[in-house]
Amino acid sequence: MLRRLAFAFGLAGLIAALLASTAHAAALGADDARHLLARAGFTPPESDVLVFAGLTREEAVNRILSASTAAPLRISAPEWVNETVERPARLRTLSEEERRAFQQREALRNFELKTWWMTQILQTPAPLAERMTLFWHNHFVSSVQKVRSPQLMYRQNMLLRHHALGNFGDLLHAAAKDPAMIIYLDSATNRKGQPNENFAREVMELFTLGEGHYNERDVKEAARAFTGWGVDMEDNAAFKFRPGQHDAETKTVLGRIGNFDGDAVLDILLAQSAAAEFIVKKMWKEFVSPDLDTPLNKSEITRIAHAFRASRYDIKTALRGILNSPRFYAPEHRAALVKSPVELVAGTVRQFGINYADPLPFAMIAAGLGQNLFAPPNVRGWPGGDAWINSTTLLARKQFIERMFRVDEMRELAGAVPQQPMKAPAQDPAMRRQEFGQVKNAGRMGQEGRERFMRAAASIQFDSGKFLAQFAGQSHGAIKRAVLPADPANALGAELGTHALLKALLLDPVYQLK
Amino acid sequence: MDRRHFLRSVAPVFAPAALLAWTPERAWAQRAPLLQGTAGIAGVPGLPSGAGAQALGDLLILIELKGANDGLNTMVPFADPAYTALRPRIGIKREEVVQLSERAGLHPSLAPLLPLWQGHQMAVVEGVGYPNANLSHFRSIEIWDTGSNANEFLHEGWLARAFAATPVPRSYLADGVVLGSNEMGPMAGAPRSVALANPEQFMRQSKLIDTGMNGGVNKTARSAALNHVLKVETNIVEAAANLNSRYAFRTTFPQGPFGNQIQTAAQIAANPSGVAAIRVTLGGFDTHQNQPGPHANLMKQFADGVVALKTALEEIGRWNNTLVMSYSEFGRRPKENQSNGTDHGTAAPQFAFGGRVNGGIYGQAPALARLDGNGNLPHAVDFRDLYATVLERWWRVPSQAVLGGRFSPLDLLRA
Repeated sequence: MLRRLAFAFGLAGLIAALLASTAHAAALGADDARHLLARAGFTPPESDVLVFAGLTREEAVNRILSASTAAPLRISAPEWVNETVERPARLRTLSEEERRAFQQREALRNFELKTWWMTQILQTPAPLAERMTLFWHNHFVSSVQKVRSPQLMYRQNMLLRHHALGNFGDLLHAAAKDPAMIIYLDSATNRKGQPNENFAREVMELFTLGEGHYNERDVKEAARAFTGWGVDMEDNAAFKFRPGQHDAETKTVLGRIGNFDGDAVLDILLAQSAAAEFIVKKMWKEFVSPDLDTPLNKSEITRIAHAFRASRYDIKTALRGILNSPRFYAPEHRAALVKSPVELVAGTVRQFGINYADPLPFAMIAAGLGQNLFAPPNVRGWPGGDAWINSTTLLARKQFIERMFRVDEMRELAGAVPQQPMKAPAQDPAMRRQEFGQVKNAGRMGQEGRERFMRAAASIQFDSGKFLAQFAGQSHGAIKRAVLPADPANALGAELGTHALLKALLLDPVYQLK
Repeated sequence: MDRRHFLRSVAPVFAPAALLAWTPERAWAQRAPLLQGTAGIAGVPGLPSGAGAQALGDLLILIELKGANDGLNTMVPFADPAYTALRPRIGIKREEVVQLSERAGLHPSLAPLLPLWQGHQMAVVEGVGYPNANLSHFRSIEIWDTGSNANEFLHEGWLARAFAATPVPRSYLADGVVLGSNEMGPMAGAPRSVALANPEQFMRQSKLIDTGMNGGVNKTARSAALNHVLKVETNIVEAAANLNSRYAFRTTFPQGPFGNQIQTAAQIAANPSGVAAIRVTLGGFDTHQNQPGPHANLMKQFADGVVALKTALEEIGRWNNTLVMSYSEFGRRPKENQSNGTDHGTAAPQFAFGGRVNGGIYGQAPALARLDGNGNLPHAVDFRDLYATVLERWWRVPSQAVLGGRFSPLDLLRA
């Protein structure tokens, strides 16, 4: 039997097939399970690692993808998300005092919205769904700082959530007509005879093709096709097509000639072979490695882009290709990506089971570290990668870790009396705000918001002993492997107690990586 | 092994080759003879330089006008009838212009700059741009930051390449400091550049890094990301070791984030440890809609910031050793749009200020009669001519290798 098979496949083929089948059939083990869970979600608690360690690679990816399809919202949104969006015309009639009150209310709502999303991120049973929602937020970028309506940012988040692991073509069409996007990229002022090129340019440069795959003329012509797209402020800012403002003449876009409307241009973009590769490259940088050009990575990206295109842009097909790629587990890709601020904060909270009454401070900390949810810096989104880390943000990251340990040490000093409310180390409110990094716009929350922040900050509890108990009787090496994606960069004395070891590991440069 | 020893021992692992080949005596003897005393002890961070305030060298302060500043409403060609025709609604009225010449003048909110102009310490360079202008914010600022051609992709900032070619003294606080932004811009890739939001907080937090020693990690297995984190740690520890206490300025600095950046820039300039370059950023110039109010506010912030900087640097005797220069990814389209705003354009005026600036108007007036197919201006001065001016005339170092070509310095500095 063996000989006949060998005959049929050729000996080399048989060996390769056997190797491949054993590699796929083998259980992940704890280290690879952590790698997968951290990369396709947030750094996991040990309980998740135990579950996934026994699965094969494919079983594990299947489980992650099917969990992400049915991602329930953990908490419902604040009631105001359903309020009618204010008409600018009405806002102009407000008195100075009313305007101030309105602005303060909006600022508070922005904090509530960030907190709402951060709660999903901290508590979700489907971390990949949140990661992909965040991925698309950073792709189809809008910022509340320009959109000015927390309701519309919420609606956009629900849209991104809905399509997060669905179909990229559907997502593109929906995101293009999303009211927050219409406002963010000035589509509303794009009219026949007076085109505004902002959306047409970004949809090619940033959303579908990337630079070098279109020219200035394509931008100008595409802008004409998008004329007439707008929002109706009399109808709760719903998308509205205004035929009278639409340029119905012939356009030439990427070599195709016709009387295109906006949807037709989006379909022309989706028909370009560059589109699938552009998206898969961005996913590769998000999930695997910043290195797109090594021969091994390049051929995988091409293969996965081909499958993505053949599936007519099924996002799960691309994700499955990436997460099941042997390159995903390559040793040179471990500890090769910088954790985003949201990943650092959410991963720390989830892995160490940090308790809190109100997740507001975590949203604020992520903002202080450079990732202010619902407010990316510009249409290109957060640059990500190494750019997350500079001298300011690295110090703020370490300070976040240090703050968690101080809570832990205070608890021990207090004799671990459980019914006693936790005292935050710094009593001076201003000082305490500083300890949480540069909390952006904290002053704009008003008195109510500031008090909420103080209460929330005081409610955070970190118990390192509980985490370390899971490793009782095991070597320091087991703790190191659970906390860091690679060996620590700093030498750690063998004489360290486990608490000191844990703190040193979290302050190690490698903790910034995944 | 202590941290300092650690830093010296790990530095070669990730420092660019230029740092290893560092020969301060030669490099700095050429450009600033007074620095020799500093350079001689430069390998010992933390020791006083002994060379006094004169050894600080010449400072460059870049002001980024982020989002693309509307050049035509900054340096207004009021005498050109085409200007009024292109800007019927948002144009600056002739009677409001702060007149600098018979044909052009400043936005009214730039009036605080007038004393600098009258003192011949302010140069306006008109028509700064580059061939085949790119109209994307991100790509165009990348071109400016890296000093590349429009069709060329470089990874390092132009200042990073300048520091690699001619390293700044080791005793300096850092090569350069970026304020008010997380993007290193022209200093991206500079081995000793630091982003600094708040000096006191920086000092306090940097103690958290003082825990490490060079571990037994296999160095060849380090990812690029880990090397980046380690490099930033080294920069922090070195900058913190050299940061001095705050100077008590009598100058009043403007309120707000940009004013804070200006104040921090002045504090760094007052620091005996010195830096070669500081970049500050004023954002919000992407005025596609309802431009006049916000743009006037930005012009005022810019002018007030420059005036405060001048006053502060005069106070510490550094104004003659400082060159302040503005830049922006591009200008805006001459024809106003339907939303009382302006779309992406090309060439625009930029400013230079300083005690040794040879005041006046340079470059060429905007050629409003020669707009391109997009309705945008041709450029008259390549932005790398300004960089060549900084390198050759201000720092007296060669520019050709740094800029990847021959560019012509402008005569906007006094000897």
